[in-house]
Amino acid sequence: MLQINNLHATINGKEILKGINLTVKDGEVHAIMGLNGAGKSTLSNVIVGHPAYEVTEGEIIFNGKDLLKMAPEERAHEGIFLSFQQPVEIPGVSMVNFMRAALNAKRQYKGEEPLSAGDFLKLMREKRKIVELDSRLTSRSVNEGFSGGEKKRNEIFQMAMLEPTFSILDETDSGLDVDALRIVAEGFNKLRTPQTSALVITHYQRLLDYLKPDIIHVLIGGMIVKTAGPELALEIENRGFDWIKEEVGL
Amino acid sequence: MAEDTRQYTDFYAQAGKLICERSCEVMNAPRAEALRTFSALGFPTKKVERYKYTDVAEDFAPDYGIALTPLEVKNLPYCHRISEAPVDVTPYYNKLADRQDAVVALNTMLSVDALVIYVPRNTKVEHPIQISNVLKGEQDTMVNRRILIILEQCAEADIVITDKAVDQMHFLSNQVVEVFAGDGSHLNLYEVEETHLLCTRYSSVFVQQGRDSHVHHTSFTLFNGHTRNRMDVSLKGEGSGVILNGCVIADKTQHVDNNTLIDHQVGCCQSNELYKYVLDDSSVGAFAGRILVREGAQKTISNETNANLCATSSARMYTQPMLEIYADDVKCSHGSTVGQMNDEALFYMRQRGISEQEARLLLKSAFITEVIETIPLEALRDRLHVLVDKRLRGELSKCEGCKLCK
Repeated sequence: MLQINNLHATINGKEILKGINLTVKDGEVHAIMGLNGAGKSTLSNVIVGHPAYEVTEGEIIFNGKDLLKMAPEERAHEGIFLSFQQPVEIPGVSMVNFMRAALNAKRQYKGEEPLSAGDFLKLMREKRKIVELDSRLTSRSVNEGFSGGEKKRNEIFQMAMLEPTFSILDETDSGLDVDALRIVAEGFNKLRTPQTSALVITHYQRLLDYLKPDIIHVLIGGMIVKTAGPELALEIENRGFDWIKEEVGL
Repeated sequence: MAEDTRQYTDFYAQAGKLICERSCEVMNAPRAEALRTFSALGFPTKKVERYKYTDVAEDFAPDYGIALTPLEVKNLPYCHRISEAPVDVTPYYNKLADRQDAVVALNTMLSVDALVIYVPRNTKVEHPIQISNVLKGEQDTMVNRRILIILEQCAEADIVITDKAVDQMHFLSNQVVEVFAGDGSHLNLYEVEETHLLCTRYSSVFVQQGRDSHVHHTSFTLFNGHTRNRMDVSLKGEGSGVILNGCVIADKTQHVDNNTLIDHQVGCCQSNELYKYVLDDSSVGAFAGRILVREGAQKTISNETNANLCATSSARMYTQPMLEIYADDVKCSHGSTVGQMNDEALFYMRQRGISEQEARLLLKSAFITEVIETIPLEALRDRLHVLVDKRLRGELSKCEGCKLCK
């Protein structure tokens, strides 16, 4: 599904990613762990095409297509979704108008007719249930006045609406209480299929307990220094990152 | 005499007699004084505080044909030609307008007719009154428009004034509106300009409010050329309140200057002001709003906000919120902001698949929504949402939906 080869990226001239190699197959969930400032969020931003980041070397191939040549909206249409670490508040833009614009843009890209207002609202109602999102929230402006937990639930709700094939969860667990974490994680699991994959960025084992990733990567200093099975996350939870640094000679 | 005023004084020397013949006594009486004021002052320069952001002489310099056509008002409830008004308008006509303003004086000199909207005591006007100003003509034309709105005690009305231009000619409209809102009256007054790049609009609106009266004015500049709106409100009776809201969408080389004064002459009054601008391309916006709280006007509550979105680096906004307080027991605030597009919000929307162009449009529209949502008249609110969306998409054709322009 996704193949990243020797990816280097900078922000304001400072190199953050120093040669990332990563392959995610259909149906797999990969987790990326690492210290603050290791480049985890940069990696997710580069995949979705944030204009502040510049790719200086390497390539990202998504289902056979060169992702780096596409605008952020095209990447979204191709099936890439980012659950933002800090979802943006957009006062004055209603959730309904926002979601309808997003969904219909994707349908147009795929050559489908726009959804009727009735069908659209029905779909909203249906998908809202996945993350137990109150209808009160979907009738408001995008993320405006949402609590931290509501914002994260809203991200998964949008994911449910847009049905991406490759999702990135950037610290979706940060700022969540245990109940909200469970709802968000269970919501995500309901959306998993053998054809969808995900990249989960987190500091904590707790989210991974729910999501059960297939592969764990450790990102340090802009490079993936260790890749192993789910047992690695447990070990990091117990021992931290220092032993990995020593192991790879950093 | 200044060169730039000569074409108008020359015209008046020739046509003054004809103007007086076509008009009526109450309008003819102040003409001589207006001519003296206009000749003596000349067009205000940018050194005159309230005209700092607009070059008046330049706007009035072209050689326009001056329209001297009387109004035709037939069977419209509450609306009358001034000569047919059901009340004596002498105590009202030209009594509120700033007689020391050359632009107003020019209107007083040259107007041949005036529309009087008269709502008697305790009368609630059921349906909104719409006044459509349609600029048509085979040649470049100047029109002087005069409106007198009188709401007697406890009268209520919604009045919508729209400006449109049909022909692709240069038009200059110079309007003066005087509003007398009697004790306990309620007036919602809306102005919507939807003209074209060759149009210049000067508007001077003067409002006087009695005790416990409420006036809600909304000014929408959807499409224009050069626009200068002046709005003066005198709160003369305790317990009165005024809301002055405005919204400007400008691009290309459009110029919009809103200049307001809210004069709290007595205590226990409230004023709220919110003007929002969305400027694109090389457009220029200006807002200067002065709130004056006079000595003794205790318990005044006043709020003034001007928020602006400059979508390009070549768009310019001049903003000047002013608060002048001579009383010691008041609650007043004023502020303004000039910002750019929120890049993080733009990216968030693009990540969801919304094109950059559409995302920009949604953000601009969202910015304006706050002003539209304050409009009490639901039908107008819905209409403005549609018009704003079309305007931002560049689909706003002139006189959209207007029967006269088919």
